[in-house]
Amino acid sequence: MREQIEGSRAIAQTVARCRPQVVPAYPITPQTHIVEAVGAMVKAGTLTPCEFITVESEFAAMSAAIGASAAGARTYTATASQGLLYMAEALFNASGMGLPVVMTVANRAIGAPINIWNDHSDSMSQRDCGWIQLYAEDNQAAVGLHVIAFRLAEELSLPVMVCVDGFVLTHAVEPIEVPAADVVDGYLPPFHPRQVLDPDDPITIGAMVGPEAYTEVRYLAHHQLNRARDRMPELAEEYALASGYRVSALSKYRVDGARVVIVTLGSVSGTIKDALDEVDDSVGLVTITLYRPFPADEIRAALACADHVIVLERAFAPGAGGVVAADVGAALSGLPTRVSTVVAGLGGRAVTKASVRGVIDDAKADRLPSLSFLDLRTDVIDHELARQAEADRPGPQTQALLRTAGVPASRIG
Amino acid sequence: MTTQGVKFYQVGSRAVGNRLLDPSLRTEQANPDRRNALNSGHRACQGCGEALAARYVVDAAVRATNGRLLAVNATGCLEVFSTPYPESSWQVPWLHSLFANAASVATGVSAALKASGRDDIRVLAQGGDGGTVDIGFACLSGMFERNDDVLYVCYDNEAYMNTGVQRSGATPPAARTATSEAVGPQPGNRFGTGKDMARIAMAHEIPYVATATVAELHDLEAKVERAMSMRGARYLHVLVPCPLGWGSAPSDTIRLARLAQRTGLFPLFEAEHGEVTSVQPIRGRVPVEEYLRPQKRYSHLFKDPPATAVIEAIQAIADRNIQRYGLLSEEA
Amino acid sequence: MFEIRLHGRGGQGVVTAAELLSVAAFLDGKEAQAFPSFGSERMGAPVMAFCRISDTPIRVREPVTNPDVVIVIDASLLHHVDVFSGLAPDGYVLINSTRTLDELGIGELAERHPHNRIITVVASDIAREHIGRPLPNVCLLGAFSALTRTVSIGSIETAVHERFSELVAKANIAAARDAYDRVEVASHA
Repeated sequence: MREQIEGSRAIAQTVARCRPQVVPAYPITPQTHIVEAVGAMVKAGTLTPCEFITVESEFAAMSAAIGASAAGARTYTATASQGLLYMAEALFNASGMGLPVVMTVANRAIGAPINIWNDHSDSMSQRDCGWIQLYAEDNQAAVGLHVIAFRLAEELSLPVMVCVDGFVLTHAVEPIEVPAADVVDGYLPPFHPRQVLDPDDPITIGAMVGPEAYTEVRYLAHHQLNRARDRMPELAEEYALASGYRVSALSKYRVDGARVVIVTLGSVSGTIKDALDEVDDSVGLVTITLYRPFPADEIRAALACADHVIVLERAFAPGAGGVVAADVGAALSGLPTRVSTVVAGLGGRAVTKASVRGVIDDAKADRLPSLSFLDLRTDVIDHELARQAEADRPGPQTQALLRTAGVPASRIG
Repeated sequence: MTTQGVKFYQVGSRAVGNRLLDPSLRTEQANPDRRNALNSGHRACQGCGEALAARYVVDAAVRATNGRLLAVNATGCLEVFSTPYPESSWQVPWLHSLFANAASVATGVSAALKASGRDDIRVLAQGGDGGTVDIGFACLSGMFERNDDVLYVCYDNEAYMNTGVQRSGATPPAARTATSEAVGPQPGNRFGTGKDMARIAMAHEIPYVATATVAELHDLEAKVERAMSMRGARYLHVLVPCPLGWGSAPSDTIRLARLAQRTGLFPLFEAEHGEVTSVQPIRGRVPVEEYLRPQKRYSHLFKDPPATAVIEAIQAIADRNIQRYGLLSEEA
Repeated sequence: MFEIRLHGRGGQGVVTAAELLSVAAFLDGKEAQAFPSFGSERMGAPVMAFCRISDTPIRVREPVTNPDVVIVIDASLLHHVDVFSGLAPDGYVLINSTRTLDELGIGELAERHPHNRIITVVASDIAREHIGRPLPNVCLLGAFSALTRTVSIGSIETAVHERFSELVAKANIAAARDAYDRVEVASHA
């Protein structure tokens, strides 16, 4: 039944319907509403049997998840930003050991400077940790992706990260349909892993692997991750039939006949679609949902007719350029397609329809650089660079910048 | 007819011990059908105290739990020498994750067992001193605070041995390590540093805390048994000499552990909910020098002239422990 | 698409008000979206929340920069924050205040707008009367309903009942109804 509810609440209810048995939880903005809601359900007895553990750090959260999963429990947790980084070591450990943990990442910028608002720098920084990465376009997609995530994780014995834009989606109240319990039960069978800690059949998990076998183990992990590309469409189809809601690894909007195509991930896709509706048909949009493994063939096919691809991404690699753009560029290698990177929405700066139309205008007038930062305040930058040129002592730029950037609380948007 | 219990003491000789005891009073190690949880074939150094302690502890835990036991291990010597892929020495279900998280992983395992109605299966977590008192401290404290149903065992060889003998928060004063070299005005590890992990565990008021060594096998097994008879967070701190890191003879491992206790430097006690409930009195007290001399990590104290002031300072620590725990009973 | 921007301070229920508005619109059969814009959770800091109402699914996620309605829950923000930024020429404004528009220093703004679209509501007083505390957020929603007619007072009531406990809901609804009636009389007389 469709309800007007907060994204976090819908995700929590969905996760509860997936019947997790162990949920270690550590709070961090903006994921808190999710774990609080799950915790409340456990406390009230509506989600049972489930052990809700208030751990002392995100590192402990993922560690407890590893233990629980290895002992055969369906396991879930959620984090963001600094928390994701704090558990970085454990992320690699979970994927390396093939444990099907599902985790929501409420995308948030990484400090310094500390910033609680939405961008993709957190999950992008961990794109190579061996987890499957899914990015939700809106809250209805986030709901479906969580159900599919458990299925995908347990089938492939790989952990899955469902990335949901912090605040923008987690704290948005909109019409969302949480799948009914019987729909989820029909789609997600109970978790019975092949390998589990069991006194009746003792095994050793986590042995040390030397040079003679490490490469093969890692190759197999790569191979296994790639299998998600094949399984995702089938599992998504099955979910669509069961729930009436469709998600896909990649989605296309007005791409047919478009010479300029924007590629993006996450909630900004909605704003871009509205902007494209106000422009003529020569601009399209490809939204990536399955980012790891990277669906290179599908991307190449989707962008086949484009002369110019603009990757609009909410993260970047300092000193290098775009992150997603690099993957897209590699997927298009050999083709004459031009790829531009637009770094947008860092640290929660809104991506507006007007700005997107500006990018399109620049692209059409052939004045879009290969790397640009959307809505960059060049006056502030110029002022700071001039100031630095005069000053002769080293030191961070952040503090000085604030004086020029103005008081944020008084601004709209 | 009245009977009187006869006490047998392990006094460095193999003559008195299990053979004279009723089978029911013998150690698990005397049992030919013991699990032998840490089987032979592992790659530990000759005379490794940790390998010995791990086998003692896990075998005792297997007996206490009727084999319903899962083990979680931190990164360290024990993990490295026991599981050189594709081989494993472990004859219990065993999980190794990371260096800092054995306690958290064990928490997760315990939760999984509870959620699936299998909490007849018990959880043992183990790690070295580095993984316990330093990098694993936060996770351990969290496990204590939540009173999670895990027995955590720390094998304390007083330094980061697996990585080449570096100083840890458990390294005793004046001991030489690769990062507290015997050079300069205060050679070896500094005085006034270090964590007393057993007391920190007690401060969390968890159901059970105990200290033990590889020299007192009956005592060690009894403590594991006692711990496994309880639920909730429990902590066992075992002193395990490391011939390589301590610079001692491989054949001296058990003797040194015994001397550590006899000097008072390593008190043996049990505590429940923050209060000491029993102590092992010292029989045949020895001055600290007798314990320090056989270890090359203290050799800089015995040059010409000897570092008398430092040795006295170490003696003062032993004296303080003896006083604090009442280790010299009238019986001695 | 009808866009509303709410201004207030942390702790005044700005975010809740936007959410309730979106739920009410949903109950009226519309598509609605509500989301906040705030800094760290701190009492007293300026807070904004947004609500969009439409007949078709809402995909855009940017902040509301061209509102059709501005609701100001705390009048002390009027000269701190540019609350009227982007307001539509025929837009509505509701300000929680006991003072007149002239006294608030925005008399000429009111003159530039269609008659009776910029109003003050003594919401804190009405709230104090019905709830016992000056919590004006739900009360202002009643006023909003009467002023703009974009969301029904009945749906607002249902939304409030779903969100709060029985007693709290009743008191807030009474305040909302009171505000509704007063605005109804004043602006559509």
